[in-house]
Amino acid sequence: MNWAAIAAIYRFEMTRFFRTLLQSFFSPVLSTSLYFVVFGTAIGSRIQEIEGVSYGAFIVPGLIMLSVVMLAISNASFGIYFPKFLGTIYELLSAPVNFLEIVIGYVGAAATKALFVGLVILATATLFVEIRIQHPLAMAAFLILTCLSFSLLGFIIGIWAGNFEQMSLVPQLVVTPLIFLGGTFYSITMLPPVWQTVTLFNPVVYLISGFRWSFYGLADVPIGLSLLAIAAFTGGCLAVIWWIFKTGWRIRS
Amino acid sequence: MSTILSIENLRKFYDGGFEALKGVSLDIAEGEILALLGPNGAGKTTLISTVCGITTPSSGRVTVGGHDIQSDFRAARQMIGLVPQEIALEPFEKVMNTVRFSRGLFGHRRDDARMEEILRKLSLWEKRNAAIRELSGGMKRRVLIAKALAHEPRVLFLDEPTAGVDVELRKDMWDIVAELKRAGVTIILTTHYIEEAEAIADRVGVINNGELLLVQDKASLMAQMGQKQIEVMLVERIDAIPDALSSYELALNGAGDSLIYTYDVHGERTGITALLNDVAQAGLTLRDVSTRQSSLEEIFVSLVSEDAA
Repeated sequence: MNWAAIAAIYRFEMTRFFRTLLQSFFSPVLSTSLYFVVFGTAIGSRIQEIEGVSYGAFIVPGLIMLSVVMLAISNASFGIYFPKFLGTIYELLSAPVNFLEIVIGYVGAAATKALFVGLVILATATLFVEIRIQHPLAMAAFLILTCLSFSLLGFIIGIWAGNFEQMSLVPQLVVTPLIFLGGTFYSITMLPPVWQTVTLFNPVVYLISGFRWSFYGLADVPIGLSLLAIAAFTGGCLAVIWWIFKTGWRIRS
Repeated sequence: MSTILSIENLRKFYDGGFEALKGVSLDIAEGEILALLGPNGAGKTTLISTVCGITTPSSGRVTVGGHDIQSDFRAARQMIGLVPQEIALEPFEKVMNTVRFSRGLFGHRRDDARMEEILRKLSLWEKRNAAIRELSGGMKRRVLIAKALAHEPRVLFLDEPTAGVDVELRKDMWDIVAELKRAGVTIILTTHYIEEAEAIADRVGVINNGELLLVQDKASLMAQMGQKQIEVMLVERIDAIPDALSSYELALNGAGDSLIYTYDVHGERTGITALLNDVAQAGLTLRDVSTRQSSLEEIFVSLVSEDAA
């Protein structure tokens, strides 16, 4: 393994993050605060509690997931798409690095940034509501796995994308609806039975349900199933990346 | 000198069946400067991209320092530096950071002394903390060279290093290349400026339609392929070449005061003595005589047009 190269890519990506630290820090703080004002206060005043948890506290895991997932995708896709767009990818392709090292460098950096923002949102949420974390280890595992797996997805999108429009296509048209319909702001038990069944086809449900369980012990689906879902998703992304590595798809002519 | 880069029967088919390289074979000796000449689309960049790992070869074998570029790609690429044709740099990044990144990418530890040496050599030291977007085009090209040299390669590829740069910067580039050669770096550059090859290369390769038409020592190429011209300047103008001189392949210049005779330097007889005698016999008075050797450009044009025929 060319560890120096992995470190170089990771550092280079993190430098970009630190260059815009204020933006990286305040933007999630602001958007989280807005969600609390709009959803927590306005809607929360009508929904007092869900299974014994105040509505404001109930939406915290979903809010963290929402931001973490979107940021992991955008960081990783931008990270690898930008060199393609600028032409600087020639350097990665002519360096003594294999695809795995490139993936570790970019995905590692994207996941770190998403994790940082996830923790910032968690800290911001404590200013608005009382939060308890019943299963801290499971919470950390879910958070880290989510950061990693969606960074992998972002990396795939970045490799696939031929222009900036395509880069935002998947996050906006697929991921955002899945997250909003995945129980970020409600428990799926609040839906009519038919929609409950439909919702079970949304993979994000398992993610948010598992993450919320690590906070409050509340879950829409069994926790084992949530773990299995995120493991399968990570495995799927790794398989696609392995295939890209084998074929050089969209990278090497 | 030992061979540092060996290319054997290299072929490249792109999707759609276009054959960009048609079995190119080439050995490059350590420490030499080879200029690859060819028109646009000849396969120069594909050749470089394939050796450097950006493009996958369809068949054939390439070794760098004895290391196969596919089965032993790490060792092979470690020896290669590439300066691409297009200026491709992250605009917001600082000069020092981007050069340091390149060194790390090739598996080298951070070495500030080495970085300083490279940046000073390329007159970039004062700009080390400047963002790339603040630099002039010439400075950006220097940054690309600095990045390519950051891991101390033994073979440097320069893909059209002076395309679109002004005369002064071109001369600077030639000086940089000469200095790298003195330091023992093998240099392969592509260009379509013949004067560039003429000025700095040890050997010249001509590539067209994916085929290497020739690779030869520059001096011997010019001597072998070169034709010379003798210009016989006359005191009085003439309207047409006199019949007495019709056995020679002569051309009359536009002003009618010079006869131009083209001959092969390596021919058994150049015919110069006889021509001069016959010119005098035809009643023409000589004002002056000059000779001119054909340039690499003419050699190149004739090779490429022969190839197209």
